Amino acid sequence: MLSVITAISAWAIPVVLVFIPLYAAAKKVPVYESFVDGAKDGFDTAVRIIPHLVGMMVAISVFRASGAMEWLIGLFRPFLENWGVPGEVLPLAVLRPITGAGSLAFTADLIKQFGPDSMIGRMASTIQGSTDTTLYVLTVYFGAVGIRKTRYALKVGLLSDLVGFISAVAVCLLAFS
Amino acid sequence: MVNVIWLLFIVIGIVFAAAKGDISLATNAVFEGAKTGVTVSFGLISILVFWLGMMKIAEDAGLLAVIGKMLSPFIRLLFPGVPANHPALGYILSNMSANILGLGNAATPMGIKAMQELQKLNPQKDTASPDMCTLLAINTASITLIPTTLIAIRLNFHSANPTEIVGTTLAATFLSTTAAILLDRWYRRVHGAPQTPKG
Repeated sequence: MLSVITAISAWAIPVVLVFIPLYAAAKKVPVYESFVDGAKDGFDTAVRIIPHLVGMMVAISVFRASGAMEWLIGLFRPFLENWGVPGEVLPLAVLRPITGAGSLAFTADLIKQFGPDSMIGRMASTIQGSTDTTLYVLTVYFGAVGIRKTRYALKVGLLSDLVGFISAVAVCLLAFS
Repeated sequence: MVNVIWLLFIVIGIVFAAAKGDISLATNAVFEGAKTGVTVSFGLISILVFWLGMMKIAEDAGLLAVIGKMLSPFIRLLFPGVPANHPALGYILSNMSANILGLGNAATPMGIKAMQELQKLNPQKDTASPDMCTLLAINTASITLIPTTLIAIRLNFHSANPTEIVGTTLAATFLSTTAAILLDRWYRRVHGAPQTPKG
C-alpha cells in the first residue's frame, strides 16, 4: 500500500507530462502554440486569487497570533489525539466546504508554520486536494438554473466532504508515519 | 457563511489579543498575513501558467473527448433519468473529465451547461431532480489526479518532495467519490420523487 502510493506520487506527473504532448503531436496539434495559448490563463488565475488569499490570510493570521486558534484547537485536541490526528488540521474540516480560498489560505498557513514535509503539512495538502467547496458548487450550479429546493444535495455533498476529510487523514497516517 | 466566518476570525482574534494585553499581536498579524497572501499567490503563477498550458494541449488533442468516451458506460449508469444521446451526457462527461484532470476552471462552465441540460428534463423547475443531485455529488467529491495548486504551494515553501501528496490525494478522493455515489444512491431511494412526470 505504502510503496504503491509513493510510486504513484513520484510517477503520476512525469507520465502525464510525457503522454500529453506526445499524444497531441501524434494528432498533429501544434503543441507549443497550444501550450502558450492555455498558459496565458495561468497568470490571470493567480492574480485573481490575490484578494481572496490576502483577505483570508489576514483574518487567519490575527486569529492565530492572538492565541484564539490555540484555544479552539485545545478544545478538540484530547479527543482527536486518541486517533493520532493532529488538532491543527481540524479547522480545515470546517472551512473546506464553505470557502475554497479560505481553506487554501489556511492550508498555506499550516504548511508555512509546520513545513510542507511535516505530517501536518502533508495532511493539510491532501485534505485540501481531495475535498471540494460544496457550498460554492451548490450555489453556482443550482443558482445558474434557478433551482431553489436543493433536496438532499447538500447533505450528500457535506457527508462526502466528511468522508474525504477522514480518508485523507487516515491515508496520510498510513502512508507517512 | 464566508462573511460570518471571516468576521468572527477577525473579531475574536482582536478580542483575544486585547484580553492578553498585547494588541500589537493583532496589528503585526495583519501585515504578516497580507504579505503571506501575496507571496503565496505569486508563488502559484509559475505552476499555474505551466499546467494550464499543458492542459490546453490535452484539450486541443481531444484527450478530454477520449476520457469522456471511456467513462460513458459509467455515466449512463449514474444518470438513469437522462435519455441516451441527450446533450446533457456530453456536458456531464466533459465536466467529469475536466475535474479528473484538475482543470477546475474548465470544469465549472461545463458543469453549468450540464445543469442547464438537466433542467430541460426536470419536471419541477424550482426543485433539484435526482440526476441534478447526482451531478452535484460527483462534483463535490470528484476524483483529482493532479492537485496542481497544492503542489505549487508545497514547492513555494521548499518541500523536499512536493508531489508526494499525489498518491494520498488520489486515494482519499477515490474513497470520497465512492462514498458520494453510494450516498447519492441511498438518498435517491429514500427521498426519490419520480424523475419524470407521471402519466
